[in-house]
Amino acid sequence: MKKLINKPEDVVVEALQGMAAAHPDLIKVHYDPNYIVRADAPVKNKVALVSGGGSGHEPMHGGFVGMGMLDAAAPGAVFTSPTPDQIFEATRAVDGGAGVLHIVKNYTGDVMNFEMAAELAGGEGIAVQSIITNDDVAVKDSLYTAGRRGVGVTVLVEKIAGAAAERGYSLDQVLAVANKVNENGRSMGMALTSCTVPHAGKPTFDLPEDEMEIGIGIHGESGRKRMKPAPAREIVEMMALAIVDDLPFKTGDETLAFVNGMGGTPLIELYIVYNELAKFLQGRGIKIARNLVGSYITSLEMAGCSITLLKLDDPLQALWDAPVRTPGLRWGA
Amino acid sequence: MTISRDAVLKWLETYAAVINENFAYLTQLDSDIGDGDHGANMNRGMQAVLTALPGVADKDIGAVFKTTGMKLVSTVGGASGPLYGTLFIQMGNVTAGKMELTLADWVAAMEAGYDGVVMRGKAAPGDKTMVDALKPGLDALKSERDRGASVPEALNAAADATKRGMEATIPLVARKGRASYLGERSAGYQDPGATSSWYLIKTAAETLASQAQ
Repeated sequence: MKKLINKPEDVVVEALQGMAAAHPDLIKVHYDPNYIVRADAPVKNKVALVSGGGSGHEPMHGGFVGMGMLDAAAPGAVFTSPTPDQIFEATRAVDGGAGVLHIVKNYTGDVMNFEMAAELAGGEGIAVQSIITNDDVAVKDSLYTAGRRGVGVTVLVEKIAGAAAERGYSLDQVLAVANKVNENGRSMGMALTSCTVPHAGKPTFDLPEDEMEIGIGIHGESGRKRMKPAPAREIVEMMALAIVDDLPFKTGDETLAFVNGMGGTPLIELYIVYNELAKFLQGRGIKIARNLVGSYITSLEMAGCSITLLKLDDPLQALWDAPVRTPGLRWGA
Repeated sequence: MTISRDAVLKWLETYAAVINENFAYLTQLDSDIGDGDHGANMNRGMQAVLTALPGVADKDIGAVFKTTGMKLVSTVGGASGPLYGTLFIQMGNVTAGKMELTLADWVAAMEAGYDGVVMRGKAAPGDKTMVDALKPGLDALKSERDRGASVPEALNAAADATKRGMEATIPLVARKGRASYLGERSAGYQDPGATSSWYLIKTAAETLASQAQ
């Protein structure tokens, strides 16, 4: 294992210390339990947004703490959900009296830990609502699975619901916006390589040099199929088709197209993916009204990408365009 | 014949040691069908429990279990933290104030813990989870209690049944947790949570049975 770390057990805390040192104007970091809050938290009378999850997906979630997005993030160990006490303390630290929205990716551990944290917060009289993102079309949504995983749409929920909260929407209204984004967004990922969790010391899964995996999850969970590498055009078509057919996205729809790097793929390749996606959507009469290209929800050093499409209407588009000032996403402010 | 508070403490210390010895194996099992963090998470949790046990070494068994559960909830993360944490917290609820446990007390504690796991994780037998190991162990405990078995007999029968339950997860297709994303491909692997549950019941038999008074 070659990594730019000191000791595997110090990875999360030292990264938090680095974030605190780099962005003192935007965020504050609390240790033991670990959580990140925006520098001016709690914001009085604003609905607070709290997310969290395993570390290793940076900039999500800590990098999205700041004006116009999250009020707090609770980072767990690498690829491991945060614990209820962390989430609860983060919730309490940012509650400005208007209630708190928990943004939870649909993984068994995350859901259970956030559920326990919401019970603790409820016990203190803090109003908590939860949105569970589940946008990964690679997973069959059925009674016989844990349901679809929460992936790329989570970033969009955090941005758009964050803007809604900033505008003074009530907790129920912010929840409604978050649900709308989740319901109208779909994603799919793929991997060219595996990734290595620092304390595990070896790759999470084996992916031979001459194979790629389509439908991969952000923790290296298996996808739909393995196949020989193909040109970007074919890979994008395969992923985009699965996404477009699922919602479904139709001719005339306006979308936000999000091409995300998994951590080990250079921007030059992400732009090739975006170019292919734009051509694919144009061919189907689906308009890209907004886009986001870059590595925002990663899987350590995994090479690969994910594609997320969100069906936009005017209100969602306006919330997307609203100012945001966080370490990982910043415009208009 | 009863289980003493000191025997309970010894059990938890032994469980922590067994998790520590086997954490690479648990991680390997979890890498096969999950996300490869079960060993490290359980090890982090049980090491934290070890540091907390001296603080309750003179308290009742309920306090020992509750402290164990709260420590696991706050240090493990993942699904295992809430599940094992709830198991111990529920065991603590029904053993509050007790300095020793009869076999009937032990069965009641295990049943409360099991019910807590099912409530939190919403898994049913056959879903390829820790429930598949714990359920046969609990059933064995109950029938041993009902036939008037000794504490060691009952604990050993529970360990054997739990082991069989764990092994029976191998052909199952996962319907809960990350392994469920694999669908049919999750068959052929032993469930890591069922494995750490077997260690729990196995170490109970090893330490509690030998120290039962």
